[in-house]
Amino acid sequence: MSIGRFLIIVATTYLGLLAVTFFIGRVIPIDPVLAIVGDRAPAYVVERTREELGLNLPYWQQFLLYVKGVFQGDFGRSVLTTNPVMEDIRRVFPATVELATLGTLIGALIGVPLGVLAAVKRGSVIDQIVRVIGLIGYSVPIFWLGLLALLVFYARLRWTAGPGRIDVVFEYTFTPITGFYLLDSVLRRDWAAFRDIFAHIVLPASLLGYFSLAYISRMTRSFMLNELSQEYIVAARAKGLSETRIIWAHALRNAAVPLVTVIALSYAGLLEGSVLTETVFAWPGLGLYITDSLQNADMNAVLGGTIVIGSVFIGINLFADLLYRTLDPRTRNA
Amino acid sequence: MMMGKINGRVRVLLAGAALSALVLTGAPAYAETPADTLVLAWAIDDIITLDPAESFEISAGEMMGNSYDRLVRFDPADPSNIYGDIAESWTVSDDGKTFTFKIKPGLKFASGNPVTAEDVAFSIQRVVKLDKSPAFILTQFGLTKDNVDENAKATDASTFVFVTDQAYAPTFVLNCLTSNPAAVVDKKLVLEHVEAVTPSEENKFDNDFGYAWLKTNYAGSGPMKIRDWRANEILVLERNDNYYGDKAPLARVIYRHVKESATQRLMLESGDIDIARNLSPNDLDAVSANENLAVTSTPKGTVYYISLNQKNETLAKPEVRQAFKYLVDYDGIGETLIKGIGEINQTFLPKGMLGWADDKPFKLDVAKAKELLAAAGVPEGFSVTMDVRNTQPVTGIAESFQQSLAEAGIKMEIIPGDGKQTLTKYRARNHDMYIGQWGVDYWDPHSNADTFTSNPDNADDASSKTLAWRNAWDIPELTAETKSAVVEPDSAKRVEIYKSLQKKFVETSPFVMIYQQTEVAGVRKAVQNFKLGPSSDTTYVYKVSKN
Repeated sequence: MSIGRFLIIVATTYLGLLAVTFFIGRVIPIDPVLAIVGDRAPAYVVERTREELGLNLPYWQQFLLYVKGVFQGDFGRSVLTTNPVMEDIRRVFPATVELATLGTLIGALIGVPLGVLAAVKRGSVIDQIVRVIGLIGYSVPIFWLGLLALLVFYARLRWTAGPGRIDVVFEYTFTPITGFYLLDSVLRRDWAAFRDIFAHIVLPASLLGYFSLAYISRMTRSFMLNELSQEYIVAARAKGLSETRIIWAHALRNAAVPLVTVIALSYAGLLEGSVLTETVFAWPGLGLYITDSLQNADMNAVLGGTIVIGSVFIGINLFADLLYRTLDPRTRNA
Repeated sequence: MMMGKINGRVRVLLAGAALSALVLTGAPAYAETPADTLVLAWAIDDIITLDPAESFEISAGEMMGNSYDRLVRFDPADPSNIYGDIAESWTVSDDGKTFTFKIKPGLKFASGNPVTAEDVAFSIQRVVKLDKSPAFILTQFGLTKDNVDENAKATDASTFVFVTDQAYAPTFVLNCLTSNPAAVVDKKLVLEHVEAVTPSEENKFDNDFGYAWLKTNYAGSGPMKIRDWRANEILVLERNDNYYGDKAPLARVIYRHVKESATQRLMLESGDIDIARNLSPNDLDAVSANENLAVTSTPKGTVYYISLNQKNETLAKPEVRQAFKYLVDYDGIGETLIKGIGEINQTFLPKGMLGWADDKPFKLDVAKAKELLAAAGVPEGFSVTMDVRNTQPVTGIAESFQQSLAEAGIKMEIIPGDGKQTLTKYRARNHDMYIGQWGVDYWDPHSNADTFTSNPDNADDASSKTLAWRNAWDIPELTAETKSAVVEPDSAKRVEIYKSLQKKFVETSPFVMIYQQTEVAGVRKAVQNFKLGPSSDTTYVYKVSKN
């Protein structure tokens, strides 16, 4: 695919995304002025605010004005937080990225070996156990599991810290640099803060990790089953290679190609922000930000968030493509 | 037996999967908040500004009450008692139109600037000129952008004069001056941060009166100062050492934004927070059963009601309105759905407010309701819809109401929706029935009377869209009576007018009043002197100490 064509596709995707989100936002039966001035404001304040925001203009004109602003790098202001939208997102997105990255790491590092084992010992007790783990991950509401995890590991056992990203005692001593708290505490050499931040993130990250593990292990299993039935495996066995080598070096190597897409998509899913996890763990991330904005008809914030998520998906797909090329020699010259 | 078949390596792996997260962390120290800090968990996502001229939200009200002084305040224990905050004394002229306040000498803002009558005048003028949502609390006394410099001014450094357009009940004027928009801002500090704006036809002023800056900054003289606010995350108050009164025992108060009740409860039980502010009835039960925790509660100025749109011909019949009031299972709702978070109240004024009538004439009585429906000409019942937002306890109340209506043959369909969505429809008068709430804007009976029993113009394009208007309840007589209450100089007679208004309201209105909200909080035993106020700006966290 040529760069030109790629750019056109990206541009249309963005414009489509914007248009759909924008018009959905305008037709939902919520008056956005309400969110700003509240229910009590006198009628003339409501009308004046509506004019100030340009909400009295026809929809297409509002949309053009918005797109024009976006091209100039102006995504508007959030009415809820009163900050420029991109400033808000710069603040909340690192929280989500940090959580999603750890979650995906946990999910992939545990999920892939589990899936491989399940495929190798197909039909055995291990396979059944992996299946049950996966099923629970699929079917149990994350909200409930999150509360349960808090109850057990935080309230009862006290192994982890509670909801939030960092304890209030660090409110005066710890100043973030990048917004990725784990990284920031390392950069600041603040090991007490690092410990605290880690103790806070480990529970929600494990939870997200568990959910992506459920998905990744199922997919790994089916990819592996597919590979293990191929003729080259039979050939490898005939050659007398050790079973370990056949499974981990030959079959998994080939299964890894589609697996990368699975893991990348699961990562992208987590980056959208897991609303329920963020609610239960009082995690000030992107999911919570967008949901709050949506419920309050704060459309600038929703549109800004949508663009960020769109970019994440496009970026991760690109990244997965690149990985493909490294993993699969056949695609290198294509 | 099955487990026996799993080989050792796998067992280790599975155990690792389950425990990896936990083993890695080790055990953090036992949670306890710092001794000089009060930590509260509260849904503070409603805060959109820290400027007293614009702030109108519940949680922001509390921040303002603790960080900004005003001329006068009311005593939370006895709201009829008004005392001077930065005002040392005040007098009312014989014609009842001029209020003269003497400012206490030697007061200082947190910035170190002196507090003078000039600051008071600037603050009031600023609210009127910016004209944001809460400005009407002051402009209802006839203040306009053109006359406010004259009618709210400092005659010398310690004298502030407030002139109203006609004689109002002095209690009414003073009650309004206890409210948030009357908070005193540091003129000198604010003027250092004004931004220039181009005057236009609508806005004749060449600067923004510090509006942009004060949105996220602080310029007050109250017991606490606002140090930091990160929207939807945290708000930090710090002791103001320049405060004129008793200094706050604690160095700081931190509000953490936590929405989920169960999460708040876990944090409270674990000692990560000192006070939890959004506990549901279930979690409250658990908290009150815990010996390290206590529950505190106060009746609030918020009332919940079901209203019947008078544009619907059936609902407009007086007997139907009456019948609906007999079709609410008040006892059942009081004992289950709002247990601990509300009290049945059948009038538009909340308990504790001047003039409140302690009268509950209605109870669930299906037979009586059926008689009334027959008298209205609809003995077989009818179908009707109600817009209900998706939150408890209103959903539960709507369902309970649906059941009791069904007993009288009325088929009610519940239309669920998001809060802002149902409100948008309600404000456009497109509903049949609506279940809503109303909180007082300032601690005076007029705040509620002005919306429940006043509808100056029932036309669709009316400028005043009160709750009576939203339900198309056309009441010229009650509107006039409501007006007469605010100009009644005699407090006792004023109370009588409110009693009479409530009596007529209860008998004839299309509002089925259900209950008054009780605010509740779960508190750790170490916390002393935490009292929820009847209004949001009278919950004084600065008085709290810990042992």
